[in-house]
Amino acid sequence: MTPNELRVIANHIRRRDLQAVFEAGAGHIGGEMSVTDILTALYFRILSIDPANPDAPDRDRLILSKGHTACALYVTLAEKGFIPKDEISTFLKPHSRLNGHPNRTKVPGVEANTGPLGHGLPIGVGMAMAAKLDKADWRTFVVTGDGEMQEGSNWEAIMAASQFRLDNLTLIIDHNRLQQGARLSDTNDVAPFAPKLEAFGWAVEEIDGHDMAAISAALDRSAITPGKPKCIVAHTFKGQGISFMTDDVAWHHKVPSADQYKQAMSELEEAL
Amino acid sequence: MTISAPPAQLFDCRDAFVGTLEALAQTNNDIIAVCNDSVGSSKLGGFRDKWPGRLINVGIAEQNMVGVGAGLANGGKIPFVCAASCFLTGRALEQIKADVAYTNTNVKLCGISSGMAYGELGPTHHSIEDFAWIRALPNVPVIAPADRAETIAAVTWSAHHEGPVFLRLSRVGVPDLLPEGHVFELGKANMLRDGTDLTIIANGVLSHRAMAAAQMLAERGISARVLNMATVRPIDRDAVLAAANETGAILTCEEHTVYGGLGSAVAEAVVETRPVPMKLLGVPGIFAPTGSANFLLDEFGMSPAGIAESARELMKKKA
Repeated sequence: MTPNELRVIANHIRRRDLQAVFEAGAGHIGGEMSVTDILTALYFRILSIDPANPDAPDRDRLILSKGHTACALYVTLAEKGFIPKDEISTFLKPHSRLNGHPNRTKVPGVEANTGPLGHGLPIGVGMAMAAKLDKADWRTFVVTGDGEMQEGSNWEAIMAASQFRLDNLTLIIDHNRLQQGARLSDTNDVAPFAPKLEAFGWAVEEIDGHDMAAISAALDRSAITPGKPKCIVAHTFKGQGISFMTDDVAWHHKVPSADQYKQAMSELEEAL
Repeated sequence: MTISAPPAQLFDCRDAFVGTLEALAQTNNDIIAVCNDSVGSSKLGGFRDKWPGRLINVGIAEQNMVGVGAGLANGGKIPFVCAASCFLTGRALEQIKADVAYTNTNVKLCGISSGMAYGELGPTHHSIEDFAWIRALPNVPVIAPADRAETIAAVTWSAHHEGPVFLRLSRVGVPDLLPEGHVFELGKANMLRDGTDLTIIANGVLSHRAMAAAQMLAERGISARVLNMATVRPIDRDAVLAAANETGAILTCEEHTVYGGLGSAVAEAVVETRPVPMKLLGVPGIFAPTGSANFLLDEFGMSPAGIAESARELMKKKA
């Protein structure tokens, strides 16, 4: 799939996500807009997965460790055929499978029940080790938020991945520089990530996290450094694609008004 | 004058644990051991020597250790995640909740040196809250074997059970109680001794003390039933109800705080089926003073004589 085709899909996912959050009256719209291009590239270009056989042993694994942006994952899974597209309208409704954080036991295609931050990377290390033990070539991808990297458990996993030479593991940090309440730099400035990860023995690449060609190239198997786990620091914007949300900490989990919704939707439509 | 029996031979159940694990691993390549720099205290040296690639030592990093276990399970492995129970269940509780229980992964959590096994090292190293913490989580059976035979049986059962398990193991020496070749059944108590006047329910390192107490009671003309209740969740409600109906009083003994452990689980079943007088023996909601595991159990009223004394007091409350 070409970068242009991926852009069209990502635009569609943003619009469906926006509608779902607006209708549900809740969600994490800012982080969903920042991670959408990464998820789109993964699901429509990189991951070897089969919606008809979501538990195939040799499938690639993706963990959305920033589980609060579940809605973007649900829309992506629906677009890919893991769940019915019309099920998105049940997001957050009573007894819906689609609650505020993803659940593997209910939603096909979800690999881990995330929500509390700092859980995805340790699980990803275990998955990558399972593949190594089987001498299998399936890959493991973990997407974290940048604020999430303040959780110490991530650094435990970063050390282990390097120690075990897990070159089949890729960490993508959605580096939008904002956390729930403020900028990273005003809270606990864990950035810059690249020198830290390199010091821990990882191969690191910094990219524009909204450039489909760059995302696809960085995720490609050919971009693996043998013997080293890979970290992609994806520079993104919270609220990407919607002018009044972009890079504004207020839009972590704010819900647009009817007027804002109309404006946001028309901006996304025009961008097509 | 009574002639006391020679002291029974005591066994460290970690040996039964690793012996069983190695036997299972011999025929099942998917069995993996994961630990936190605890190769020695988890007695995994033999496993490591036989299958170096299948022992994953993540270092002193328990949150990562449990996450790695969940990831291995997702990849089709059967990880036995081994660490001192205080660190496994305390440090990594949220990983146990989200990655193991909620995601319902096939992870075997092995809490080594549980209870007050690390006696003199103090309350930081005591694991007397783990029944309560893990019992509160859906999907995770909580099992505390009493001796070698039950350890072998419970480890074997866990390896074949599809889903999470919490095995609470000790290093404190215990005598044999159950017959060789014992088969573990989840949620099923074993009646070690029948009786009519009251029932003593125990597990882990307390079961043999409960048996000794029952013998002392018998010498005073009191007939005590003894149930070995290895499974704390799901609790054997049928055995509890029968004990309430047939003996009219229940005394529980555990190497755990009395808040939320075996005694609480039994009490929950009792109040919902047939309320009878109960007494809960355990750590009485304090941080323990300095002392060995066996000293502390005696200190908290769980010597055989202490248990027998509590039984006699409880009998007075019977209607």
